[in-house]
Amino acid sequence: MTLPARPLFQEPLPPGRARLLPWASVLAGSLATTLPWNASLGLLPPLGLLLMLAWRLLAPLSLRVWAPALLGLFDDLVSGQPLGSAMLLWTLAFFLVEALEARSGMRDFAQSWAIAAVAIALVLAGGRLFASPLSAYVDGVLVLQIILSVLLFPAAARLVAWIDLKRAR
Amino acid sequence: MAPSRDRRPGFSRRAQYSLFLTYILGIAGAVVGGVLLALSTFNPVAFNALRAAVAELTAPPAALLAGAGSQLASVPDAIASHFQVRSENRQLRARLNQARGALLAGRQAQIENARLRRLLVLRDRLPETIAAARIVSTSASSTRRFGLLNAGSFQGVADGQPVTGPEGLIGRVLYVGPDTARVLLITDPESVVPVRRTRDGRPALAAGRGDGLVDVRTIDTADGRFRPGDLFVTSGTGGIFVPGVPVARVLRAGTDSAPARPFARPDSLDVALVHRAFMPPPPAPPAPAPEPSPTPTPEP
Repeated sequence: MTLPARPLFQEPLPPGRARLLPWASVLAGSLATTLPWNASLGLLPPLGLLLMLAWRLLAPLSLRVWAPALLGLFDDLVSGQPLGSAMLLWTLAFFLVEALEARSGMRDFAQSWAIAAVAIALVLAGGRLFASPLSAYVDGVLVLQIILSVLLFPAAARLVAWIDLKRAR
Repeated sequence: MAPSRDRRPGFSRRAQYSLFLTYILGIAGAVVGGVLLALSTFNPVAFNALRAAVAELTAPPAALLAGAGSQLASVPDAIASHFQVRSENRQLRARLNQARGALLAGRQAQIENARLRRLLVLRDRLPETIAAARIVSTSASSTRRFGLLNAGSFQGVADGQPVTGPEGLIGRVLYVGPDTARVLLITDPESVVPVRRTRDGRPALAAGRGDGLVDVRTIDTADGRFRPGDLFVTSGTGGIFVPGVPVARVLRAGTDSAPARPFARPDSLDVALVHRAFMPPPPAPPAPAPEPSPTPTPEP
């Protein structure tokens, strides 16, 4: 993944806006579920979660450790999950990434992708346990949703890298 | 990517403490999330006002996009139907000829039904339409199945009212905001609708499965098997759903429960009608007013 460097002499964003961009992109990702999909099945990947993990894995300092709780609260308000589910699970995913990162040395994108895949699968499975009774027939859909989300992660990472290029100083 | 060393604060006490504080805040966020989750599990209506407020903001752009999207989506349909029109026309003529007799019998039955009802002085409640609105979005990334209706308490929509589409029952209103209402679709795993079979009036429950189908379950002990193609309509039991609205068609045979496909497909949800709850529960009796202390009336 090589992106063109910022043109010479172009000023980076002012620090306020640079700190706002990761938050704004994750919130926009959460809002994707309110668009008129009219889906009979919950197959839409959780774009907010994908963007948040991409920020954490590609630009570790862009989001503080307390950010996923607030971002998850907003995601719960728009996604239809019980309130507090993403708040808890996103924070736990953040800590999981933190723990894996502390034990790994050099890391290429494939490893970042694998870490993100584990986090996505755990968060989506946890959300299913919290939201729907065990007797519901949603597990096949859930597996499909996890696969779709994992496959979409590189695109989210690409988007985050592009935003980060505008933002970095 | 090299591991980032930026989180190591070095010897600065201030940097160490502020890093420690961010972790404390992170853990606190998780704990608060857990508490909120427990609250919303045991009391699902607890945060409805907050959700309704957010839905109020997200509904208008979704409504705009839904209008544009449905017009775009209708283009391939229009092209396809243009080529099918001739063969379909022939089929429909044949079917009309077959149905003429049944139509005559049905008219007679309707007239007789009306006469008998007048004879019985039956008190009917007619389904009263409160609002017609679009379903602008559904919970596309969650395992729950909710829809967002573009009409709310300003239009007279209230909690618990049934929502029907042109094909059949969609669900019922869960909570309302000023201009939006959240609809629990019948395919949601927590939704249960009392239904009866059109063929013989056998009562059953249609419980959502979460995968776009509903399970039709028996509620009586009488022997009765569900056959593929059995049609179920709302029975009106429980007082929420207007009776006689199509709900689902059974897909596979079953004895105690059988999967059925709802008539209103959630992926083609567009326009929906909100009806008044068929027979809402009586309002809670007013609290007894405190008795005024008896004052001695002067004897005349």
